[in-house]
Amino acid sequence: MADLSTNCGGIKSPNPFWLASAPPSNSAYQNCKAFEQGWGGTVWKTIGEPVMNVCNRYGGLDVNGLKLAGLNNIELISDRPIERNFKEIAEIKKLWPDKAVIVSLMVESKKEAWHDIVKRTIDTGCDGIELNYGCPHGMSERGMGAAVGQVPEYCQMITEWVTEVSTIPVLVKLTPNVTDIVYPARAAKKAKAHGVSLINTINSIIGVNLDTLEILPSVAGKGSHGGYAGPAVKPIALHLVSQVARDKEVCLPISGIGGINNWKDALEFILLGASSVQVCTAVMHHGFRIVEDMIEGLSNWMDAKGYKTLDEVIGKSLHRIDDFGNFNLLHKTVARIDQEKCIHCNLCYIACDDGAHQCIDLTPVNGHNKTVVREEDCVGCDLCSIVCPVEGCINMVRLDDGKEQKTWNELVQQFKNDDKELSWENLAEFQKKHGIVIH
Amino acid sequence: MKNIAEKLTNEEYEKNFAELHPPLTQNSAATEANRCLYCYDSPCMKACPTHIDISSFIKKIATGNLLGSAKTIFKSNWVPLTCARACPVQVLCEGACVFVEKGEKPIEIGRLQRFAIESYFNSYKPQLFSKEKSNGKNVGIIGSGPSGLACAAELSLLGYDVTVYEANKIPGGLNTWGIAPYKLRQADSLKEVEFIKSFGVKFKTNTKVGEDISFNDLYKKHDAIFIGIGLGESTRLRIPGEDLTGVVDALDFIEDVKNEKWDKVSVGKRVAVIGAGNTSIDAVTEAKRLGAEQVYVIYRRGTDDMSAYDFEYELAKSDEVIFYFKTMPKKITGDNFVEGIECVKVKLGEKNEKGKRETKVIPNSEFILPVDMVIKAVGQNISNNFINDIYEIKIERGKVVVDEDTFQTGNKKIFAGGDCINGGKEVVNAAYDGKMAAHGIDKYLNSNKKSAIIR
Repeated sequence: MADLSTNCGGIKSPNPFWLASAPPSNSAYQNCKAFEQGWGGTVWKTIGEPVMNVCNRYGGLDVNGLKLAGLNNIELISDRPIERNFKEIAEIKKLWPDKAVIVSLMVESKKEAWHDIVKRTIDTGCDGIELNYGCPHGMSERGMGAAVGQVPEYCQMITEWVTEVSTIPVLVKLTPNVTDIVYPARAAKKAKAHGVSLINTINSIIGVNLDTLEILPSVAGKGSHGGYAGPAVKPIALHLVSQVARDKEVCLPISGIGGINNWKDALEFILLGASSVQVCTAVMHHGFRIVEDMIEGLSNWMDAKGYKTLDEVIGKSLHRIDDFGNFNLLHKTVARIDQEKCIHCNLCYIACDDGAHQCIDLTPVNGHNKTVVREEDCVGCDLCSIVCPVEGCINMVRLDDGKEQKTWNELVQQFKNDDKELSWENLAEFQKKHGIVIH
Repeated sequence: MKNIAEKLTNEEYEKNFAELHPPLTQNSAATEANRCLYCYDSPCMKACPTHIDISSFIKKIATGNLLGSAKTIFKSNWVPLTCARACPVQVLCEGACVFVEKGEKPIEIGRLQRFAIESYFNSYKPQLFSKEKSNGKNVGIIGSGPSGLACAAELSLLGYDVTVYEANKIPGGLNTWGIAPYKLRQADSLKEVEFIKSFGVKFKTNTKVGEDISFNDLYKKHDAIFIGIGLGESTRLRIPGEDLTGVVDALDFIEDVKNEKWDKVSVGKRVAVIGAGNTSIDAVTEAKRLGAEQVYVIYRRGTDDMSAYDFEYELAKSDEVIFYFKTMPKKITGDNFVEGIECVKVKLGEKNEKGKRETKVIPNSEFILPVDMVIKAVGQNISNNFINDIYEIKIERGKVVVDEDTFQTGNKKIFAGGDCINGGKEVVNAAYDGKMAAHGIDKYLNSNKKSAIIR
């Protein structure tokens, strides 16, 4: 079995699966139960300023009957007295010395307040601190959470207040509700944080009740934006993680968060640079028990691929992210439909005809329709195979042999060298030479 | 009857005639609708004789647009609740579902259709269709079964003054009187009748053409006539003892059961049903459910030859029906009452030009099956009917001959559809015929019209 242990910014855990700072990590009872079931770490639900919650707090996004494709919340940081939290954190750490216990913090933007809470947190014996600069609702209106995370200067200043007194690793949790996440990440680096965790939840309104016209979730008829999470946010999170991971100035360990539902999702974050992952919505939906499959699935994958340690996998796909200008324009794929496997739903036809490039023909044969790709017209967009409900029925087949290569950047350079304009005419000449027909 | 089966308690009757397939709940309908792939130009739609846009109506259930879903269904089929519950979906829409080809469970199209239509009937029933301005022409429809209802609904919306003549006291034809109660109750069929009535269609019940009113009167009174009278009485067995007390016609028996006054229907302790079509299965399972202790089906050919669908055969077997295949009734025995049926075993030969296997009696293989009741279900005839006297109408092999597009008979003013033109098919075929005939009639009476109605 592969070694799943990890070290994320100096915080060690037996596996990369941590509970995110959220309702599942609210109490000693929950964290203890999670550790028993195999979670490698927990980021204790944010403690700090006195707050009071409201109800309802959550709103779910269902897609075609799939429950909780997204989850939105307006719940605040821990509403349990801070002393009780400290006491429980200390107990849990004592009980589970090998697991990672990280405490998420959020207080007023005052140096003394931060110094005080950091010291008291370290006294619990926990392994690290996570700074909640991302919470997009409720706290930001009070000058905390996202109000800090959205301004790199504040982010740097407050992180410095923490790192100057902290004797344990400090992770800065980043909000996605910014134009460019790299700037607050760089601020964290400048302030000597040990790592960053991302993404926090995304500003959202989950929906409107069509009977009452209320905003969801409704607090006695009133609603507000909340923080959006769950499977639907994963692609956004993957992109932001990769952006931070690729930035040459940041160079910090990353704890990946956002829509992680299973080991495959987790692995994608790890391949894009995360050395630990944090999970919330999937646990809120199905409970702590999901970690068993996460550990097993990741381990089996690593065994099958011949990886012995997690370090060998972290960031393994990052080098494959490139700029559009460096893609080979002469790479050619076309869709091929396996007629043996086709069930005649014609979804590929309608998708291509209405939504793409009109290169699938529908021919009536024996009472049903035969779908055939006109390969000379196929642009290789992949839409048909994406909508096809039958595994392996539509395959994208590579036609070029990879020997010829011309990227957009190279083409532009070539035009420059040849003293040619970047015009439709010159582009057409290039296309003609390589047998590319745009219809 | 010599030995009448003991009557059951009301609870027992209700349990025995409880519906085979319960309705979907709001939640289960949404789940099932979401499972549908929303195929384009879908195979299920092609397999439906009325070509309901199935993937669209299912999609609308998934989005919660139940009114739109019902409208999509009604656009193609005016008796969709009956069809949803009586159609052999396994061999039609659900049999064609792409999931079958994928090796998975097909979408429950029948139950989803029932859900959409029942949701509409249980709603405040807003008007779904607008009627064209009255064109001053009137059409008489003979028979209020599925073809007549469909023709009436369509014509009414096209602006015709429509009157339906029905011999029975309660309209609906086979939808009301001929479908096993565990599939469809009378009240459900009548919801469709009421719906069509709401378009302005007039129903004259207890009016048998040829008895209560002459065909000639109707012919003079109306600009066009649609005939949807189905088939007549059951084919005779032509064996001795056929007139003994206790020998009944399957359709009469089924009609009796449809009154839903179960204790009023007498059934023998031991019942033999002759024939192995879908009507036979209805009769035999209903006899069993009424309390018959032993029920038999006697059929002269084998399992592969019988016209009953596989799922009907399975239902009968689960009702402990005993099948005598390759067995021919020779004589019904008894003095006044049925006491038994003498049968003879047969050997099956090659298929003849009609695709039926030849039968050859095995000598000395006679045996007597003691029974108290014999139900005849060996097909129906179109004979003994006013239709035989209309000289321009051609009847071939027991079917009224019509143009396949317009459903016009040899008499330009007379149109026909349903069982009387196809020899006995499904409700859904009749529903299609009636609708198409309405357009045939419209073309005949309103030939100057530029285009067909688009709703």
